[in-house]
Amino acid sequence: MRTSPAFRVVRVVLLLLFAVFFFGPLLAMLDFSTRGTNGSRTWAAWANLVEDPELNRAIVASLLLSLFTVVLMLLLLVPTMIWVRLRVPRATRLLEFLCLLPLTIPALVIVVGITNVYQWVTYFLGDHVLNLTFVYVVLVLPFAYRAIESALSSIDATTLAEAARSLGAGWGTVIGRIIVPNIWSGLLSAAFISVALVLGEFTIASLLNYENMQVVIALLGKSDANTSVAASLAAIAFAFVLLLLLSVVGRSRRTEGKVT
Amino acid sequence: MSRLARLTPSLALLPFLLYLTVFLLVPTVTVVVGAFAENGTFTLANITALADPVALTALRTSVLLSAVSAVIGAVFGAVLAYLIVSGGQASWLRRSVISLSGVLAQCGGVMLAFAFIATIGYSGVLTVWLRDHLGIDIFGSGWLFALPGLILVYAYFQIPLMVIVFLPALDGIKPQWREASVNLGANGWQYWTQVAFPLLRPAFLGATLLLFANAFAAYATAAALVSQGNPIVPLLIRSGLSSEVLLGHQHLAYALAFEMIVVVAAVMGMYGLLLRRTARWLR
Repeated sequence: MRTSPAFRVVRVVLLLLFAVFFFGPLLAMLDFSTRGTNGSRTWAAWANLVEDPELNRAIVASLLLSLFTVVLMLLLLVPTMIWVRLRVPRATRLLEFLCLLPLTIPALVIVVGITNVYQWVTYFLGDHVLNLTFVYVVLVLPFAYRAIESALSSIDATTLAEAARSLGAGWGTVIGRIIVPNIWSGLLSAAFISVALVLGEFTIASLLNYENMQVVIALLGKSDANTSVAASLAAIAFAFVLLLLLSVVGRSRRTEGKVT
Repeated sequence: MSRLARLTPSLALLPFLLYLTVFLLVPTVTVVVGAFAENGTFTLANITALADPVALTALRTSVLLSAVSAVIGAVFGAVLAYLIVSGGQASWLRRSVISLSGVLAQCGGVMLAFAFIATIGYSGVLTVWLRDHLGIDIFGSGWLFALPGLILVYAYFQIPLMVIVFLPALDGIKPQWREASVNLGANGWQYWTQVAFPLLRPAFLGATLLLFANAFAAYATAAALVSQGNPIVPLLIRSGLSSEVLLGHQHLAYALAFEMIVVVAAVMGMYGLLLRRTARWLR
């Protein structure tokens, strides 16, 4: 695109203004969370991330939740998507509709209606914060679906499957050892975005009375704002790194696609 | 092949369908049925309770908040997206802005509320600095925790969402179109007003609708920011869930959630229509 000098100046000024709006609050969080008495600096609030037992427990719970959500999501979604592509193509639209449905049904609505379901879950599995995994899988479904779908459509799954089948492979081998290694980067993208979403989740945990990281951050805000600001900033930074890695993974997938 | 043999492959989809039925469809149906039932019988009492002044005020505030933050987000987000696109396809600027946008738009919630509390809250960094050095009080009577504050913090995740949604449309604008219009004698202004804007309009309007739905359904930011009263629908739903009886109707939370489904589904439906128009041009 051709650019005039005037446009270049305007562009830099505007970008700077956006940078102030977006990085200002983040820098303020850093300043706020390290502020001691009488203008001194302290990292006590950051040490609380490890030392405060309640917050620490909640962080571990959120990390475990993201791990379990990723595992269950992959187990549920990947075989289904591959199977639909290979054997039941007429269910493609149905699958897409169901996977994207959570975008139209807000988490708040799900939580209002899910009380009965969760009474059963608690009845079978006991009352544990990790029970949230089940509903989190639904929450991350649209994003995971898109990531895996774009990886699946970049390979010729049918030909690969036919080749493997004609050489005597069973369906389990086709899915696990032929297709999955070819869509690895898509699965990684799906996992990253799911982790980021689960770590930031507040609505469902809070209204079902479970204590995940965000719930405790919000709770701490009333008594120890410095610590909750430190935890918020840490979580934002962690999610940013995850998504940045994801963009690099996504780029290598595009180049892969060009080669094949 | 017999009919049964043809259906066998579909059986492998059962675990997935069953899972979604239990954790997505059952809750949704529960909300819809609950909105029209009380003690197991059909009633419109919950729906008519939505016309109660408290619920109506919350709806009006929610719509206002969503609309204002959607327009702000759409305009500024489109500008930011254009600035990124004009910097080239694979720049580090583009990659980091998209990643940060993803964080702020999709995983923010509570953390964004604290970002602004740390900046312009009562003892926020900017508040304290301005108070000490210039004698200006920007905290005022706590506007951050009321509607103006909500609009500001919502803009903080609406602008990034607009960047994510609008970038593909901007990428779809082909340089050839500009060259063609220049060949036909158009200047820059004519190109923008008569070619680029009309092409981008459906995508822009669609993205604005998406932003509206996003703000309307958002809960976490408002819940962390507002501790007194229930000015918007999501917070009214919270109080309907926690205190069993609100306005004398046990199922008001269901009715409010149903209201939310209707609004979001209508907006997303229009979004889908606009998306189809966009797809015609921008591939």
